[in-house]
Amino acid sequence: MKLTGAQILIKMIKSQGVDTIFGYPGGAVIDIYDELASNPDLRHILVRHEQGAIHAADAYSRAKGDIGVALVTSGPGATNAVTGIASAYMDSIPIVVFTGQVNSSLIGNDAFQEVDIVGITRPCTKHNYLVKKIENLARIIKEAFFIARSGRPGPVLVDLPKDVMTATIEFEEPPEVHIKSYRPTYSPNKKQLAKVVQLINKAKRPIIFSGGGVVLSKASEEITDLAKMANIPVTASLMGLGTFPASHPLWLGMPGMHGTFRANMSIGECDLMIAAGVRFDDRVTGRLEKFAPKAKIVQIDIDPTSIHKNVSVDCPIVGDCKKSLALLNQMMKRQIDQASVDARSEWIETIENWKSTMPLGYNQNEEIIKPQFVIETLHELTQGKAIITTEVGQNQMWTAQYYGFDRPNHFITSGGLGVMGFGLPAAIGAKAACPDKTVIDIAGDGSIQMNIQEMTTSLEARLPVKVVILNNRYLGMVRQWQDLFYDKRYASTNMECAPDFVKLAEAYGATGLRASKPSEVRETLKQGLATEGTVVMDFIVEREEMVYPMVPAGKSLSEMLLV
Amino acid sequence: MTIKKHILSILVDNEPGVLSRIAGLFSGRGYNIDTLSVAQTMESTASRVTMETSGDEHIVEQIIKQLHKLINVITVVDLTEKRHVKRELALIKVHAKSEHRAEILRIVDIFRCRVVDVAQDYYTIEISGNEEKLMAIMDLLTPMGIIETARTGSIALSREKTTKRT
Ligand SMILES: Cc1ncc(C[n+]2csc(CCOP(=O)(O)OP(=O)(O)O)c2C)c(N)n1
Repeated sequence: MKLTGAQILIKMIKSQGVDTIFGYPGGAVIDIYDELASNPDLRHILVRHEQGAIHAADAYSRAKGDIGVALVTSGPGATNAVTGIASAYMDSIPIVVFTGQVNSSLIGNDAFQEVDIVGITRPCTKHNYLVKKIENLARIIKEAFFIARSGRPGPVLVDLPKDVMTATIEFEEPPEVHIKSYRPTYSPNKKQLAKVVQLINKAKRPIIFSGGGVVLSKASEEITDLAKMANIPVTASLMGLGTFPASHPLWLGMPGMHGTFRANMSIGECDLMIAAGVRFDDRVTGRLEKFAPKAKIVQIDIDPTSIHKNVSVDCPIVGDCKKSLALLNQMMKRQIDQASVDARSEWIETIENWKSTMPLGYNQNEEIIKPQFVIETLHELTQGKAIITTEVGQNQMWTAQYYGFDRPNHFITSGGLGVMGFGLPAAIGAKAACPDKTVIDIAGDGSIQMNIQEMTTSLEARLPVKVVILNNRYLGMVRQWQDLFYDKRYASTNMECAPDFVKLAEAYGATGLRASKPSEVRETLKQGLATEGTVVMDFIVEREEMVYPMVPAGKSLSEMLLV
Repeated sequence: MTIKKHILSILVDNEPGVLSRIAGLFSGRGYNIDTLSVAQTMESTASRVTMETSGDEHIVEQIIKQLHKLINVITVVDLTEKRHVKRELALIKVHAKSEHRAEILRIVDIFRCRVVDVAQDYYTIEISGNEEKLMAIMDLLTPMGIIETARTGSIALSREKTTKRT
């Protein structure tokens, strides 16, 4: 059967099990859009800015535990997508981004809306392609999906010249993907795992450190089993929140710059750290020489470059987290030293003491709403079951600290890149993936303005989301640094000149609600959650509230500022 | 940790853009490229990149792992620890005043290199060897006045029959 490039593209996307794509049209992709129009079973969600399409595809992938797909035009469409691609790359999220490109005969001539997007995105994609001939199209698309999903996942970009989309060819199903230079290691080395069993049995003060890799390999059950079986407390990075239930007594909270006192103290004192799917980001480790100084470190990761990158590791295990942990658990079951498990009660008691002397906390008075109170109340009203996206800044850190995630794939945030403007399009993407879930973007008043235009997408596509704005009329997190380290010189962080978010919501055709007093918080949240459609809830909060604890950049984890 | 020179032999897909992926990796992550040479291998689908880089053990380990991670990189071998032969080619254009010609030809003879171009007042000499040899001849020719030089950067092969990937 003879097919055009555009037809092959859509056929190949569908054959990957994809039923939703996010995108924005333009001249270079008009033939693809024309073809999409006659393929209603492939749902296209029209965003209002290409950055939104990528964040939405990213969150779709995370909420569903599958792949996300986006389509944008050449030139400005492609460059607008770069921030989203870079964020997905930092967080290892599998997405495939299709970009339009000028006719292949024009490439290199500075044609209208030409940009070398393959060159621009080389350092922020797992891999990328320019399709020069229609003969290669089907194979490349299949490879792109394969690379994005396998090994350490990540974004793959495929650049599609317009003439390749309009050319025709006799379609042939491409063979199974086989790339001789790309063979990720899934199965761990069993000898190394046997060492881990010994290390665990000997450890008096072990902790587990779970990260985004555990979410990606769907290994949270294995992490939880290991922790319970061997009585080991668990901490999880921002990307790993939800891989171990926050309601469990062995939960330590998040570590790092805004980690809990007990998580950071545990890292300082532990004699064994079992790290899975983490990359020891500087926001987690603080000063490297002082990170887990007394511990033997076991690191499980599918990407060999993550091992020994920042932290030197005593027992490296290259492999898929789920496979490795499942095997480890099997071995542990047979060889567990029950006496050492029981002896850990002392370690757990120490941790309990840290928890009760320095719990997370804030003081809610009668007059001014504390942002943490909004999040705690939201957790209570949603019973912790909502999918939460965030923007970046204090809102993100308070959410990580106070929402209490019990399940994986429910906390969606731009971790590695920290992109303001991520939360709203991400919420829309998550809603498209999980239409039966309540999806809430916890936002700062600064960040929400970065992709506010996606309100329209939410309404048009009937993907209702709730936006909770913690409105402090500051770029709060930057102001916090200015407060602590720059003598309170609030240079360019005052956001008092801002739109009325309630009216703005209404202008978009959504519902807007506002709470200014602590006594209104619960009612506003209840009403907002109960109202159908997209709702913006504007909480006028304490302007100069701080995120504590805080480890100043470059300090060791034990040097926390507590209040 | 001590900084050491390493010579890496990298087999890559012979595709446009592959060199820029490698160069981009080095510039993006702040690694050094001391010398670089690239050409197609016996198989038209693959090219061999020979690269000299320097760094401590930790950095070179990361460099090798990061190179492996590039989809178009087929194998990476660190030849430094293996038995290997290494060569570099240089062209040296040197002033050849009549009173110096005999001396230049004597040097050429001693170093077993060749004069490949002769003009009224200069010679162009082709020499291959290791870095020390190249530096030695340049030192000897400097007094006559070197006009310009071109060097290829090192190429190398292991002395084993086939090269195992590391
Ligand atoms: C696109 C982008 N630009 C700038 C920053 C730097 N930045 C980090 S947090 C922050 C302040 C965020 O303010 P707001 O959204 O109001 O949230 P708050 O911290 O007040 O909760 C800024 C400017 C960023 N992370 N992303």
